Amino acid sequence: MNTPPALAAPRARLRLLASLRRNAVGYLFLLPALLAFATFSWYPIVRGFIISFQKYDLVKGAEWVGWSNFEFVFNDPLMPIAWRNTLQFTMLALLIGYLMPVMLAILVNEMKRGKSYFRLAYYLPVILPPMVSVLLWKWFYDMDTGLFNAILQAIGLPTQRWLFDRNLVMLCLVVLSTWANAGGTMLLYLAALQGVPSHLYEAAEIDGASLWRRLWHITLPQIRGVMLILLVLQIIGTMQLFTEPFVMTDGGPANATLSVVMLLYRYGFRFYNFGAAAALGLILFFVLVAFSILYMWLTRRISQSL
Amino acid sequence: MARSLSVNLSWLRGHPSRPAQFDSNERTLISPLELRSPAKRAAYWLVFGTLVALTMTTLFPIYWMYSGALKDTGELIRMPPTLVPTEAHWENYLKAWDNLNYTRYFANTLILAFGALVIQLVVSTSAAFSLSKLKPAGGKVVLFLFLSTLMVPSMAYLIPAYLTVVSLPIANIPLIDTWWGVWLPGAASAFNIFVLKSFFDEIPQDLIDAANIDGAGAVRILTQIMIPLSRPVLAVVSIFTLIGAWKDFFWPFLVLSKVELQPIMVALWRLSARMQEPMNLIIAGLAIASTPPIILFLIFQKQIIRGITLTGLKG
Repeated sequence: MNTPPALAAPRARLRLLASLRRNAVGYLFLLPALLAFATFSWYPIVRGFIISFQKYDLVKGAEWVGWSNFEFVFNDPLMPIAWRNTLQFTMLALLIGYLMPVMLAILVNEMKRGKSYFRLAYYLPVILPPMVSVLLWKWFYDMDTGLFNAILQAIGLPTQRWLFDRNLVMLCLVVLSTWANAGGTMLLYLAALQGVPSHLYEAAEIDGASLWRRLWHITLPQIRGVMLILLVLQIIGTMQLFTEPFVMTDGGPANATLSVVMLLYRYGFRFYNFGAAAALGLILFFVLVAFSILYMWLTRRISQSL
Repeated sequence: MARSLSVNLSWLRGHPSRPAQFDSNERTLISPLELRSPAKRAAYWLVFGTLVALTMTTLFPIYWMYSGALKDTGELIRMPPTLVPTEAHWENYLKAWDNLNYTRYFANTLILAFGALVIQLVVSTSAAFSLSKLKPAGGKVVLFLFLSTLMVPSMAYLIPAYLTVVSLPIANIPLIDTWWGVWLPGAASAFNIFVLKSFFDEIPQDLIDAANIDGAGAVRILTQIMIPLSRPVLAVVSIFTLIGAWKDFFWPFLVLSKVELQPIMVALWRLSARMQEPMNLIIAGLAIASTPPIILFLIFQKQIIRGITLTGLKG
C-alpha cells in the first residue's frame, strides 16, 4: 500500500504483462472452439437472416430481393398444409407420448425388483439409429408383409393400408416416433424421481395422506420442473419433424405427411431456391422462439404462484 | 432452463464411499409397510407384470429385426409370419454384408465417428479448460455465446450452414464430399463444452495454482492434471460422440453425395429406396447397422445411463 512510486510502476507493468499473458494463453486454448463456432454456428445463424432477403445462386452469387422470398413462401399452397401437418404431428405426439413416460417412470420407480431390466428394455429403442427404426417400422407397416397386418389378420380384423391411408399415416409416424424416443424421456423422469426427498413421503404418510394424494401433492409437484422442460423440448423437437416422413412416405400420400422442414428441404435441395428455404427457416425459428418465451413466461408464473 | 443445465457430476469422480445416488434404495411413493396387505401385494405384482409385458413392445420389434434377417425370402413374406425362423439362414448376414457393400460403408462410418471424436475432444477440452481454469477476460460472454447456440433449432439455419460447407467463408474452400465437411461443423458442440466445463469446475483451483508455482505451463496442467483427473467424464463424452456420429443421417446425407464416401445410415437409406436388394438382406443390413451402438450401450450401460440422467441428454 505504501509502496514508493519508483517501485509501483514496474510492479504495475509486471501485473499488466502477467494478465495479458494469462488472457493470451486463455484465448489460445479457446481459439479452435471460437473458430468452429464462428464458422459453423454464429455466422450461419446471422447469414440465415441475410439470405432470407436474397436470391441466392450457387454460381451467380447473391442478389437482394427484399421480401419476395417471404411472399413466395406465404403464397405457396403447400405452406399451410405443411404447418397443419407439423402441428398435427406435434399434438398427436404430445397426446400419445407426453404423459406415458411419466407414468412409466413412476411405476418403474416403485418396483423393488428388475429396475435395471426395465431401464434397459425401455431405453433400447433409443439406442437404435433413427434410420434403422424408421426403415424397420416401414416394414412393419407394409401392407403385404408387415407385422401389423399379420397381427390384424391373425385376430380376424380387416387389414389396414397404414402408410397409404391419409387418415392413418400421421398416427403411424407418431407411434414410431414415440416408440423410438419415449425411453430416453423416461430415464430423465426416473432420475428426477430419485431426487424427490423421502422425508416428504414419510411426513405425508404420518398425516394420513392416501397414495393418490401423495402422488398428486408430492410426486408430481416435485418433478413439475422437469416435466415442463421436457414438454417444451418435445414441442421444439417434434416441430422439426423430418427424417420419419422423409424416409417413410416422402411427404405422401397426397402431402398428408409433408412437414415444415421437409418443405424447407424441398425448397433448398430440390428446387435450389435457397432464399425461400432460408426464409422458411427464419419463420420456423421465430415460431419456436415464441414457444420458448411462452414456456419461460409459464414457468415464471408457476414459480411465482407457489 | 436453469434446472436442466445444473449438472451434478460428482459421481464421475468415483468415490467408492459414496453410494451412487441412482441405485439407492430410498423409500418412494409407496412405503414397504403398505405392501404387506395381500390386496396391495396383488396390485404390486399386477403392475410388475404389466411393466414386463410392456417391455415386449420395445424388445419384440428388435427381436423381429434380428430374426427376420435369418429367414429366407419365401418365409419372410409368408402370411401368417413365423415367430421363429423355421431354418436360420445365418449366411444372410454375410450375404448382406457383401451385397450391400458394407465393408466400405462401415469403414466410412468409423472414419467419420473417430474423426469426430478426436476433433470434438480436442476442441471441447481445450475450450472448457480455458473457460474453467484460465478464465480469460470475457470468458463468461464467450460461454454464453457458445450456450446460446443450443437455443437455436438447428433446422432453422440448415441452409446457411450448408452454404458455409459448400464454400468456407474467407478461405473459399469447398468441403462438400470431404470428411471435413462432417467433422468440422460437429466441432462446434456447446453441449460437450458445457459438460466438460462443469466437471473441470469441480477440480480444485489450488491444484492448478500449485502446479503454476512449480513452473508448469498451461499445456502441462491440461495434459498432466486435468485430463488424467477427468477420465470418467471424457469417457462419457466420447461414448456419446461415437454413438451420435454412428446414428447421424441428415448432415452426412447432405454433405457426402459421393457414394464411396457415405456412411452406413446414408447407404441404408439409398439402398432401401432403390428396392433392388432382397428384403431379408436389407433387414440384415438394418440389424448389422444397429449392432455396434447396442454393443457399446451394453458395455457402457452404467456410464451412459448416468450420463444421460445427470446431464439431461437423450441419446
